[in-house]
Formats: sequence, structure tokens, C-alpha cells
Amino acid sequence: MGLAPTPAVPAQKVSTPDLTAVRRARTPEGPNYVAALLFLLPAAILLVVFLLYPSVYTVLLSFNRGRNGVFEQWVGFDNYVRLFTDPDFINLLWIVFYTSIVIFLGLIIAVVAARVRYESVIKAIVFIPMAISATALAVIWKFVYSPDANIGLLNAVLGNFGVSPVAWLGDEHIVNFALIAVGIWGSVGFATVILSAAVKSIPAEVIESARVEGANERQIFFRMILPMVSLPISVLGVTLVVNVIKLFDLIYVMTAGGPGKASRVIAFTMYQQAFTAGQYGYGSAVAVVMLVVLIPIMIYNVRRFRTASVT
Amino acid sequence: MSVLAEPMAGSRARTPAGRAVAALNRSVIHVALGLIGVFWLVPTLGLLVTSFRPRSDIQATGWWDIFNLHLTLENYRQVLEAQGMLQAFVNTVFIAVPSTVLPIVICALAAYAFSWVRFPFRDTLFLIVIAFLLVPVQVAFIPLLTTATALVPDLQLTRGYVAIWLAHTAFALPFGIFLLRNFFITLPPDMIEAARIDGASDFRVFSTIVVPVSVPAIAAYGIFQFLWVWNDLLMALVFVQDSSKYPMTRAIQNLLSQYGTEWHLLAAGAFLLMIVPLIVFFSLQRYFVQGLLAGSIK
Repeated sequence: MGLAPTPAVPAQKVSTPDLTAVRRARTPEGPNYVAALLFLLPAAILLVVFLLYPSVYTVLLSFNRGRNGVFEQWVGFDNYVRLFTDPDFINLLWIVFYTSIVIFLGLIIAVVAARVRYESVIKAIVFIPMAISATALAVIWKFVYSPDANIGLLNAVLGNFGVSPVAWLGDEHIVNFALIAVGIWGSVGFATVILSAAVKSIPAEVIESARVEGANERQIFFRMILPMVSLPISVLGVTLVVNVIKLFDLIYVMTAGGPGKASRVIAFTMYQQAFTAGQYGYGSAVAVVMLVVLIPIMIYNVRRFRTASVT
Repeated sequence: MSVLAEPMAGSRARTPAGRAVAALNRSVIHVALGLIGVFWLVPTLGLLVTSFRPRSDIQATGWWDIFNLHLTLENYRQVLEAQGMLQAFVNTVFIAVPSTVLPIVICALAAYAFSWVRFPFRDTLFLIVIAFLLVPVQVAFIPLLTTATALVPDLQLTRGYVAIWLAHTAFALPFGIFLLRNFFITLPPDMIEAARIDGASDFRVFSTIVVPVSVPAIAAYGIFQFLWVWNDLLMALVFVQDSSKYPMTRAIQNLLSQYGTEWHLLAAGAFLLMIVPLIVFFSLQRYFVQGLLAGSIK
């Protein structure tokens, strides 16, 4: 089994959003309004009804008390003031640890696995968590983390060394690291596959000539491979940050933000405030913050695309 | 083969000591990769073994106690029948299939217009679609629920599947249009112009030329979207309000909150949820990985 893209689909067109592949389509006559309208209408209706209109509504509602999801009393920036003075989510911790460790492990596994014959097997094993639902991932790891040493593997292993069972998900000082570890376990395969493709795109002669010149393996890694995969790493980093901002299912199933509010992330807070606490105005403000945080990345995407179209 | 697979021993280690060091290096690599393999397999395998162990055994010893292993299908029978997971499985199919087919059709149509139909502001509109790529679903929850209730209280969209079909479809569009348009635009212009000179309408060009030659790209997108919906919990929490229509992700979440320590049920339930994605992964790996990598922008 090979994880590497195969020629069936022109790999770069599909496997990475290849923005350089833009060629102006040559069209024969003048503008064809009827065709354009018919082909675009279904998409346009859905985008307006489900994305554009709700975004505007949510922005407006975020300046309202909005107890029942309707406009009742304008409160100015109150929801935002509350959100920033008492933020009850810890995405920053995720961004710092999850993003860096996923990239680090992904790069190590990509480089090391390339030296053995069973590379594709290792990559497939590490990639499996990407295929399954975050809900299933949550059940798998709740099981591993079980405080009962007859059930939870982790406490059973520690028990062999005389450590008494730890409540991994029940201790507010541990819970976030336990969750981030699950997130890392789930995402390393993705990083490995992306970085493996990047590492392999480095021409063999370049590495070989460095070896001939007497460079050792460490120098080759730090002076050659690392700089050459820095662009894929930054794209991957952006993707992982977006993952963190949208992270919900794993937290909802594993801890529901607990114990207390210790493991809440922004997408969970939005859901909880709006649908459990009925604070639609505040929930909207949280959703708007999610949107605003993602805007620089949107601008980056559009810019990247336009540059590619011009050249 | 990779440049890095080049054994270090080959070019430089010509002395016996050098060869010994190289062999040692290689065994360190094998051990490290072995540990990685174990670390990524064991949690899932543990749950798989547990799903076949009788309840009394699970409560007495850990799954790693393989010398006292008794296997049973009772857990699966119980979770499928008594806990309604069979119904939930069917519900998941009911949600996932239209939520995959609709986006494919609508995205392909729009992508065709963005690549082969000429109209004003085409590129500007396409950039707006790209900007929509990252809009989080959270911005849509409150307006959609309140407006749907206010406008059509009798329809009760969230009681059925219509709400979740449309929500999944709408949020799949920016990525699907982006992906398919980037594929369509690489098709040879001569092929399309020749058909037009022969008098083919746009719809004919679309359905008899563009779609048939784009099957690999459409398949990659379809598989990605299908698994995305299959694995989703959040949208189902918001847009499926009738408990008899819950998909598996919600059913398992319910099991967990009701029977948090009944691992015989949870393990079997989790594997029923995982089985389809795992089959897709192992049988359609190359499409799957392509779709997922392309989806990294989503």
C-alpha cells in the first residue's frame, strides 16, 4: 500500500491546493449570462442563505443580549468585554503545544521512516487516526486514560512502577495536556504524510553531492532538509492552527470542557453558551471572535491565489 | 525510493568499526519505528479486543490479560439491538449519502461556470468563494435555528434530515468549488472548444466531457466529504433534534453520558462507528489521502 499520491489524479492538482495551476480558460464568444446563472444558482443560494446571511446576523446579535436568539436589547460591546476580561477557553495552550509537537514528530517520522523498507506500513499506521471520527478517538482515549487500573492501560502501566492511579481527565492541572496528547496522536499522521512528500521532493543529487563533500547526517538534516521543507511546514502550521480554532468534537465527548471549565476551547464555549446556557448574544460574540481570528488566514489564501493567477 | 533511504554505511563505513556503528544506527531506527508503531496501534487494538470480551471479564481484568481471553459477539448484539445502534447506523447513512451527493453536483456545476463560462466579475466572485473557505460553522448556528423556527414553524426542519443535509452541503461548497475548479481549469481548452464548435450546449459539454474526464478528482472530493459527514458530531448536535434520527456519533455520545463505565457497550459502539471509515481507508487509500491532503485548507 502506498500513501504517496499516484498518477491517476495529477497529484499536485488535488493533493495540495496548487495555486499555480491556474490557466486562463479560453472561451469563444462574449459573456454567457444564462449559462453562468444556471450553473451558479444552486451554489449561490446556499452560500447566501447558509453563510453570508448568518454571518451578518451573528455579528449583529453579538452586540445584543439576545437571550432567545432574537434581537431584544442592544448592549454595545458588553459581550466582547466579558469575553476578553474573562476568557474561558485555552486554545493558546493548544496552539503552542499541539502545533509544535505535531510538526516535530511528523518531520522526525517522515525522515526516519524513509530509511526503512516498511516505510509505507509505518505511515499507514500513524495515519489511521485521521480516518476515524473524533468521537471514536475520544472513546479510545477515555479508555486508555481510565482511572481504574484494571481498565485504563496508562494507569496499569504506571501501576507496575508503583505509581497510584492518576485521574488524567479529572485533574484540572493535567486534563489539557492529556487532551493535547490525544490531539497530537490524531494529527501526526497527517503531518507525516505532508512532510514526507516534501522531503522526497528534494532532488537526490543535492543530498548526494553534500554527502560527497563530507557533510554528516546531522548537517544534512539541519542545513539542507529543514530549510527546504520550511514552506510546507508553514502551510502545515497554519492548517493545524485552524484545526485548533475549530476543535470541538474531541473536547465535547472526552471532558465536556471539564473539570469545571478547565478544558474549554473556543468552539466548545460557543456551543455551551448559546445552546446550554441560552446566552445567544454572548455565544454570537464568541463565534465572531472565531471568525475574526481566521480572517488573516483567509486574506493570506486569497493573496496566494491572486499571485498565482497573475503569473 | 527516497534519497534518505540511502544507507549511510554504503559510501563511508568501510572499516569494521564503521560498519558496526552503522548497524547500531540502523537498529536504533528500527527500535524507534517499532515503538512508534506500537504507540499508534495499541490504544485502538485495546478497544477492539475489549469490544469482544464479556462484560464480567472487562470488569475483572484489563484487556492485556490475554491468557484469560474469552471472546463473544454479545456486546455487538446488545449495542445494535438494545441500544439502538443499528438504527443510528442507518441514520448515519441517511445523513451522509445526500450530504455527499448534493455537494458534488452543486460544486461541479459551479466549478464549471468558474472555469469554462465567461461572465463579468467571474474571478472576483471566485475569490469570494475562496474567502468563504474558512468561515466557521459556528457563525451559522444561531441565525439558522432561530430563523428556521421563526419563518417556517410548522416545517420543523431540524426534526427531519433536511436541515442537516442543507447545512452540510452549504459548508462543503467553498472547498468543493475551489478543488474542482482547480481541476477543471487544467483540462485542454481545445477539447471543450471543439465540442462547442460542433454545437454542444454548456450543459452538454459539462455532462459529456468535463464530468467524465474529472472522475478521479470528483471521487477524491466525494470520499473526503463522505467521511467528513460520517465522522461529524457537531453539526448533528445542532441540526438533528429528533432522537430517533440521531447518527452514530450522537448515539455514542449519549451512551457515554449514560453508561460512562460500561466499556463493553462503548467499545462495540465505537467500532461500529469506525468500521466504514476504516474500510474506505484501506480500500481507497490513494483517493482518500489525496482528498484529505487537499482538505487541509478546509
